[in-house]
Amino acid sequence: MEIGKQVSKRTSLSTFGPVSLSTPSRILLWLLPLSFFIVAFFYPLSRILILTLDADALTTGHILLASRVLLFTFYQATLSTLLTLLLGLPAAYLFARYDFRGKSLLRALTALPFMLPTVVVAAGFSALLGPRGLFTTFFPLPSFQFIGTLTAIIIAHVFYNTTIIIRLVGNALSSLDPRLEAAARSLGANPYRVLWHVTFPLLRPALLASLVLVFLFDFTSFGVVLLLGGSQFATLEVEIYLRVLRLPDLPLAALLSVIQLVCTILFSILYSRFATRSTIQTNPRSAQSNLRKTKTRREKIVVAAFIFLLTSFFILPLSALPIRSFFRLEADRGQRGGVQYGFTTDYYKELFINRRGSVFYVPPIRATGNSLAYAGGTVLLSLLLGFPAAFTLAQPTRLERILDPFIMLPLGSSAVMLGLGFILSYGAWLTSPLLVPFAHTLVALPFVIRTLQPAIASIPQRLRQAASSLGASPLEVWKNIDLPILRRATLAAGTFAFTISLGEFGATLLIARPEYPTIPVAIERFLSQPGGLNYGQAMAMATILMLLTVASILLIERVRIPGAGEF
Amino acid sequence: MLEVHHVYKSYEGKPLLQDISFKVEKGETVCLLGASGSGKSTLLRIIAGLEDADSGSVSFDGHDLTATPAHLRDFGLVFQDYALFPHLSVSENVAFGLKMRRLPQNEISERVAHSLEIVNLRGFERRQVTDLSGGEQQRIALARALATRPRLLMFDEPLGALDRTLREDLLNQLRSILHRTNIPAIYVTHDQEEAFAVADRILILHGGKIVRDGAPAEVWANAESAFVARFLGLGNVFKGEVRGKQDGERWKVDSRFGMFIVPCAHSHTEGDPVQLLVRPNVVDEGSNIIQGIVTDVIFQQDRFKVSLDNGLYFYLSQAPKMGERIEVFVKVECLG
Repeated sequence: MEIGKQVSKRTSLSTFGPVSLSTPSRILLWLLPLSFFIVAFFYPLSRILILTLDADALTTGHILLASRVLLFTFYQATLSTLLTLLLGLPAAYLFARYDFRGKSLLRALTALPFMLPTVVVAAGFSALLGPRGLFTTFFPLPSFQFIGTLTAIIIAHVFYNTTIIIRLVGNALSSLDPRLEAAARSLGANPYRVLWHVTFPLLRPALLASLVLVFLFDFTSFGVVLLLGGSQFATLEVEIYLRVLRLPDLPLAALLSVIQLVCTILFSILYSRFATRSTIQTNPRSAQSNLRKTKTRREKIVVAAFIFLLTSFFILPLSALPIRSFFRLEADRGQRGGVQYGFTTDYYKELFINRRGSVFYVPPIRATGNSLAYAGGTVLLSLLLGFPAAFTLAQPTRLERILDPFIMLPLGSSAVMLGLGFILSYGAWLTSPLLVPFAHTLVALPFVIRTLQPAIASIPQRLRQAASSLGASPLEVWKNIDLPILRRATLAAGTFAFTISLGEFGATLLIARPEYPTIPVAIERFLSQPGGLNYGQAMAMATILMLLTVASILLIERVRIPGAGEF
Repeated sequence: MLEVHHVYKSYEGKPLLQDISFKVEKGETVCLLGASGSGKSTLLRIIAGLEDADSGSVSFDGHDLTATPAHLRDFGLVFQDYALFPHLSVSENVAFGLKMRRLPQNEISERVAHSLEIVNLRGFERRQVTDLSGGEQQRIALARALATRPRLLMFDEPLGALDRTLREDLLNQLRSILHRTNIPAIYVTHDQEEAFAVADRILILHGGKIVRDGAPAEVWANAESAFVARFLGLGNVFKGEVRGKQDGERWKVDSRFGMFIVPCAHSHTEGDPVQLLVRPNVVDEGSNIIQGIVTDVIFQQDRFKVSLDNGLYFYLSQAPKMGERIEVFVKVECLG
């Protein structure tokens, strides 16, 4: 069903979007989502700000520590970004210029990590290169250490964000008019000078935009830094977490949160400026005309080697995880020494047992149930709040143009900061498991709104007018026209919310009750405990989470309308 | 009977409709004819209740509809781009209005079948609307509007997206359906041929006002203004100046094409500026003669369109030579 084809050729501004809404009904529609944002975001944010202004926050010691942490955060983010660029640029060139077998599969593979929960990525690297990992077991090098190093953090960041470079720079590259390069060649420029004087300047906006975006993600990264680096590599995010849970100092945590927020807002502004510039193309061409096959022998070898490198880099951690979850690699219970190798399902079985003295008070598999329940609640809540907001945003007036950046603000805020805000504002309710879906909804809502909004805006206004002239009341129009047409977008938005809730780590770690752990929280606890069995259970849990997430991603890709859910 | 009283509407500060009043009698088809941007579609949406007028009112059979929302007005509406619901089948589309009225299922099926019968699309019930051709889609849209047996049918450029032959064919069907069902109708178009073919009465909209209101033949015979004459393409329109009375209701009028004797019921005084219309069909004899050098001759089936160096054009039965100086007898009309 191609809804787009129903669009009239004589489109005017008023032709699309919901039936012209009066100001009172707009305010009515905004009531629920806006109250939610105030209660769940702006009030907690104000508590953080107030705490920062407290005399306890701005001490010399705090400021010194904060600047040290800020400096390190910048340092690791810069290193990560540069290394991401090193892998991402040739990869972008590969995807934009070469045609090879399995290309779309490889592209999907490089995009996969970006959508996976951080704990899954961390667990994957641990399963491959950690002290109990596959590589370490089969190639025992005495001096080899990966987990707990800056290298691990940076490699995981590269793994995560290379897809951004491939996407932004690759798209710009493939829509570049190849005749410009041909013209430069015919004017006597050699390939390197073409690259330097023609290709690179044309790509600069896309390059800068992707650079800022990668930097932003590296800057705010939490799960990877905590799980692969450990607390000695304290970035702003990790330090906030430590100052909330491990070495409580809430004024300091608040101060760090504000610094973090200011930085992310600045980067976001920078990004949107570059991003708008990168969309201006002089003469966009279809990507097809730029593609070619390898010609010379040397080119063939270089391209094949790079494809191999890229494939291994992305496939190894992701496949190490499920393999390790079925691979016994420790002594039997109660026995010392005598490490036994082999296939086992024990790690999965163990998840169903409530052992005394374990890190949980319940069988660990309950975490899966908790996660699914929280995810379900998040889906319901974010759709309930997302629909009215998306409905008015699809036909924006000045009210919506003012509100829009505000409801996107949680997107730029760090998850750990959201968790801190919840603790400061609703500490008394921390015993209630209801707080978690609220925090997850806050993270998911911008995505849900950005998925629904273009779909709602794409419904021709005349369909609603036709229904209305046939006797359908506004409610019946909504029920019979909007809702059925939006089914796909609703499914996509709901799955987005579901996936985000499943993988959410930072905020959940701060506010989840010990007896109601989610899957990511359970994985973190397993990883922080000694013993092969705990480790194996972390692998099993992470594998379950990976499968759930991949299934959701496949569903989104199937149902989503092209262009929706992008920022 | 539909009555529109003194409707005003402005858009972003600019007046779009100014004091529009007219009636549509029972069984009558009224055509709103105007260039794009003349406000005719807005007027239609105001009548349908999809938009509010700044002032003025719409009433039907004496009942004021200002407070009645669109879905309770019982006016059928057919759009240029059909606006068929893409997620519903043909029969579900046609049944939509009936379901909204909560009619019993057997009556719905009966009426759907009947409506599809009227537009000659029986057997299309289970088809997807997205699989149909443009002409078929438009007939389904018409069937959908007819099924509810509305008090008034409204058409917003219904044939605008179709090609010429299909348009003529559908226009004939539409006229006979309107005639048979006796439903009063308002038909909005910018195409004068379409308007003249379908309408019992034509309203020409210009600058937010109704500049001409009459039966097609009447409007054709008496344009009454230079704008209408130009808009309908009635012939050569140019300025003149009254030089005095000839006799009775005939006036002497000077222009850059010569002095003419023009019949006109209005009273003029010497020096009055007037607009003149010279239709391209020449007459056998008379007092008004126009001369010129032939610059272009186009063959048009049963006649030749001849353009002269002074910018005027005429239809002649025989082709003159290029560059030849010719003289023709013409009828000159006064447009006031």
